[in-house]
Amino acid sequence: MARRRVVITGLGTVNPLGQSVAETWKNAREGVSGVGRITHFDPTEFRAQIAAEVAGFDPEEYIPRKEVRRLDRNAQFFWAAASQALKDAGLSYDEDDPAALRAGVACGSGIGGIITFQDEVGVLRDRGPGRVSPLAITKIISNMAGGLASIEFNLFGPNICTVTACAASANAIGDAAEIIRRDDADVMLSGGAEAGIVELSVASFASARALSTRNDDPAAASRPFDADRDGFVMGEGGAVLILEERQHALDRGATIYGEVLGYGMSADGYHITMPRPGGAGAARAMQHSLRDAGLGPGDIDYINAHGTSTPANDSTESSAVKAAFGDLAYKIPVSSTKSMTGHLLGGAGALEAMLCVLAIRDGVIPPTINYETPDPECDLDYVPNEAREASVGNVMTNSFGFGGHNVALVFGPPS
Amino acid sequence: MERSEIETKMVDLLVEELGIEREKIAMGSKFEEDLEVDSLGVVELLMALEDNFDVNIPDEEAENISTVSEAVDIVAAKVNG
Repeated sequence: MARRRVVITGLGTVNPLGQSVAETWKNAREGVSGVGRITHFDPTEFRAQIAAEVAGFDPEEYIPRKEVRRLDRNAQFFWAAASQALKDAGLSYDEDDPAALRAGVACGSGIGGIITFQDEVGVLRDRGPGRVSPLAITKIISNMAGGLASIEFNLFGPNICTVTACAASANAIGDAAEIIRRDDADVMLSGGAEAGIVELSVASFASARALSTRNDDPAAASRPFDADRDGFVMGEGGAVLILEERQHALDRGATIYGEVLGYGMSADGYHITMPRPGGAGAARAMQHSLRDAGLGPGDIDYINAHGTSTPANDSTESSAVKAAFGDLAYKIPVSSTKSMTGHLLGGAGALEAMLCVLAIRDGVIPPTINYETPDPECDLDYVPNEAREASVGNVMTNSFGFGGHNVALVFGPPS
Repeated sequence: MERSEIETKMVDLLVEELGIEREKIAMGSKFEEDLEVDSLGVVELLMALEDNFDVNIPDEEAENISTVSEAVDIVAAKVNG
């Protein structure tokens, strides 16, 4: 029996470049930076004082006021993106709709409700155990964004949460596709969100020397593959892709953005934060995704890189692309949209998957901004500074997480 | 403290802490049935009452509260007693 095919029929996002798909895509094409000085707290005492925040997000645009205060910001982002994506897909379910039993959720988050975590630890320390909120745990746990989506939108099929750091929402999309392929669901709301711009995270990432400290020039701080890159810039937000079994989508006349063709994974098995030198782990994930898609290296027209702007990731990822694609690596445009969005951590894979799908739809490759000085160890075509019109068929997006989790996804045009 | 003052503050807490719409709240409103406050919400309310009125409401007393008016009664008795 032929494998069930999985297509994308809805998109939604809230991220530093915009609070809709259209606004995000416009800014990504124009090479806008979403990075600025941190406003969520006073960063004066911090090594890294910059981030890509979602400015002016009003959760009550999407969520009843009574519910808003029961959700950490990361779940609010997921809810907002989910509600946009379902609307875009033209899908809604009543509680007694049998189709709701075949619709599920896969959400990814690196760490869940860390804002709540930090706040409630403060309450515990300062005021004692009797003052800790009964909602502390439900706001902290990473899976709650997906749980809430099932409650709010009546999605009674499989409901999972992937927690693989910065690969989390790429895993969510891949796993969601697998769930549809194996006939456990017809529709999966998939993606992820992160809201980690909080003192604890910023301090720890900075202590780990992972963050850019280009505090005096925030818009230029995220500069993947550039020789003067000095770390990543934290971002926040989320994105959701509605995945749907192809015939199911065709039968209801849905607009199809593209198809999920391949999903590959591997583990570096090397170090908690550093990528394995040479990028063999990342290369295997890319190769697995190509094999799963039934494609060869010559079939990929664009790679959306993990491209964090850390010295180690970008050179290692460049080596990995060369290991996976051979000499063809030099001919494939590779861009990092984190140059604009910052690093959404657990939300990054989904946002970048969304941008890949839009690149296919419009034949436009979003750029790597702030690319000024070539690094000899990064010698591919990074689509510097300006979006590029191109015939974009199949695309790959990479996501790598602390712990050595490597994920590659391949998307293709509707057919 | 005047009862009316406690009532006003109680309504403000329900609006601000639990996100309930002000116009839905009457003194006779039942927390669970009328205001859709679930078990977690009840605990949140008790903590808010303890903080804002500087009182201690043990669980065994809290179990007897089902309406807004009964919550006002308990707070009034503690504040004024």
